[in-house]
Amino acid sequence: MFNKRKPSQVPHDAEKDAFQPHLHSRHRAGRVWLLVFQVSTLIGIVALSALLYNVANAAFGYAAIENKVDPASLSINGIPLEQLHPLDLTYILQEHVSEGLFRKFAREKPMEEYSREEIYDLVMRWVVQPQVVETWTLFDSLAHRDEIMRQAAEKYPQARIFFRSWLTSQFLTTPQSSKPEFAGVRTAILGSLWTILITLLFAFPVGVGAAIYLEEYTIDTPLNRIIQTNINNLAGVPSIIYGILGLAIFVRLLEPLTSGALFGYVKDATTANGRTILSAGLTLGLLILPLIIINAQEAIRAVPGSLRQASLGLGATRWQTIWHHVLPSALPGILTGAILAVSRAVGETAPLVVVGASTFITFDPDGPFSKFTTLPIQIYQWTARPQAEFRNIAAAAILVLLALLLTLNASAVLLRNRFSRRL
Amino acid sequence: MSQAVISKNPYVFEVRDLNIFYDDFKAVTDVNLKIERNKITAIIGPSGCGKSTLLRAFNRMNELVPGTRVEGEVLFDSQNLYAPDVDPIEVRYRIGMVFQKPNPFPKSIYENVAWGARIHGYQGDMDELVERSLRSAALWDEVKDKLDQSGLSLSGGQQQRLCIARAIAVEPEVILMDEPASALDPIATLKIEELMQELKKDYTIAVVTHNMQQAARVSDYTAMMMLTGDSRAGTVIEYTDTKVIFTMPKDKRTEDYVTGRFG
Repeated sequence: MFNKRKPSQVPHDAEKDAFQPHLHSRHRAGRVWLLVFQVSTLIGIVALSALLYNVANAAFGYAAIENKVDPASLSINGIPLEQLHPLDLTYILQEHVSEGLFRKFAREKPMEEYSREEIYDLVMRWVVQPQVVETWTLFDSLAHRDEIMRQAAEKYPQARIFFRSWLTSQFLTTPQSSKPEFAGVRTAILGSLWTILITLLFAFPVGVGAAIYLEEYTIDTPLNRIIQTNINNLAGVPSIIYGILGLAIFVRLLEPLTSGALFGYVKDATTANGRTILSAGLTLGLLILPLIIINAQEAIRAVPGSLRQASLGLGATRWQTIWHHVLPSALPGILTGAILAVSRAVGETAPLVVVGASTFITFDPDGPFSKFTTLPIQIYQWTARPQAEFRNIAAAAILVLLALLLTLNASAVLLRNRFSRRL
Repeated sequence: MSQAVISKNPYVFEVRDLNIFYDDFKAVTDVNLKIERNKITAIIGPSGCGKSTLLRAFNRMNELVPGTRVEGEVLFDSQNLYAPDVDPIEVRYRIGMVFQKPNPFPKSIYENVAWGARIHGYQGDMDELVERSLRSAALWDEVKDKLDQSGLSLSGGQQQRLCIARAIAVEPEVILMDEPASALDPIATLKIEELMQELKKDYTIAVVTHNMQQAARVSDYTAMMMLTGDSRAGTVIEYTDTKVIFTMPKDKRTEDYVTGRFG
């Protein structure tokens, strides 16, 4: 410690003597602030862990499943259901479901063309009809395993009790269903991907173009300052307002365009009302447009002026300067902004509700003019249902959404690093 | 402006009654001077007297700053650079520039040199042009084995010579240098100065410098600039042989400045 030094060694005057008494309180203030920062970080980590714990708690755990019809009772000549010939399965199906429903299966394609697995699925779904009667959280499943087993055996003597993950490959590949055991997120994932594709195709070029114009071509006039202020303010407008805008413009006003009617692309009468992926994508595009513009402007502004001067001084045109020097240097920053904007768009629910996302569709979106649902819409729908099992699949869908976001971000970061490594 | 105009005219530039404004602020006033072909002309003077502004008037770099206005004429081979039918792109193509801070492109050394020629539609052997330009800039031996490395990987002095090579590759008639050595160490500065002596065989050079010893060492003619009048705009107060400026200047202010009593 410096204050061990004898005072006599250092020449002191009255003003300098204030140094030592202050030193202690200065260090103390530093320690207090450090503590504040550490606590802030800790709160953030705790909140994030709580979120993940909550989701994981619902997405995995014990479930008791009761079959409406015991599969053992369906076996023929002692051969269990899983090993029966397709013809026998078809016979069982025909015996147990209503005539109308069986005709419906046959209408989709002739019964002979169904594969064994498909018929088996139909039998499970419509004859055996397994039903989740109770689920337990991951925490309970791990901590009170024996008690759950005992309780379940008492309450549901018929039920099968097993540990299950609600996030399965089947969950990813099957479309929506009214029964939670059979519901999946396939349509929602495809809907989200389609929507994001349209959003990016619209917002990225328009946003970067506007940023280039604002940064490289305009000069500082009152009009431009008003435009700039407005763009900044638009970035803070609540997303539901963009939904209303999208409803008014894309769904209603531009209906012939967004429904595909203009291109003669109308599958059936119910689709042709503008509530399509195109409308949703454009609405989200409007939503993230200010974000992309602002981020791209920042990135372009960060390109040193000396680079522009070097290029212009060689006799390059303004456009050659932008294309060969400004944009390559700004690209990593522009991409970072686009990543953040897309992450926001992927998670948006409110504007899509207004624009008219379907809450229940079972067919895949096949282009910009189809009806759609997205992952956040699906999650929102499921969490609003009274049955507990829907909350389990909602948790699984949240995991899918998080994974989708991380994948999008990771690929964008890789892309960005590739670009910035080029000298 | 056509190539055919290159004449026996010993003066590359002839500046007539030049005034330069930034919005309402007059930065340079009443400049008249002629710059001789294949000579090095230095522009010296205290900070903020409009040296760089004057230099940038020679290739119309000033107008990149919004609000800049130029009055008067800058004749280049008898053609006024500020005539309405003159394209600034062509002006900068024929009058190259080297800046104060080395500013190579964040591209390979090869690309740095080749890019300017390529955008102007150079049809010849690009490898040969790159080698010739780098040799002219006295950089070839240092970089010939690493042409694909980034221009930014070079040292400051090498970067500045790369910038000179880049300017030469476009094959201009004049090279303007805006304090080309002020960001460099003495050894790198010396190399740049030697290079300038080499380059004046083929090019006309105008150089702005803060360093009076440098002006005395490298230049043939020197223009002394100073803020004058009520408007405090910069103008050339004395323009003559470098030897004369530094040994027997006519103007008292020049004498004070070059002897270090002022500025």
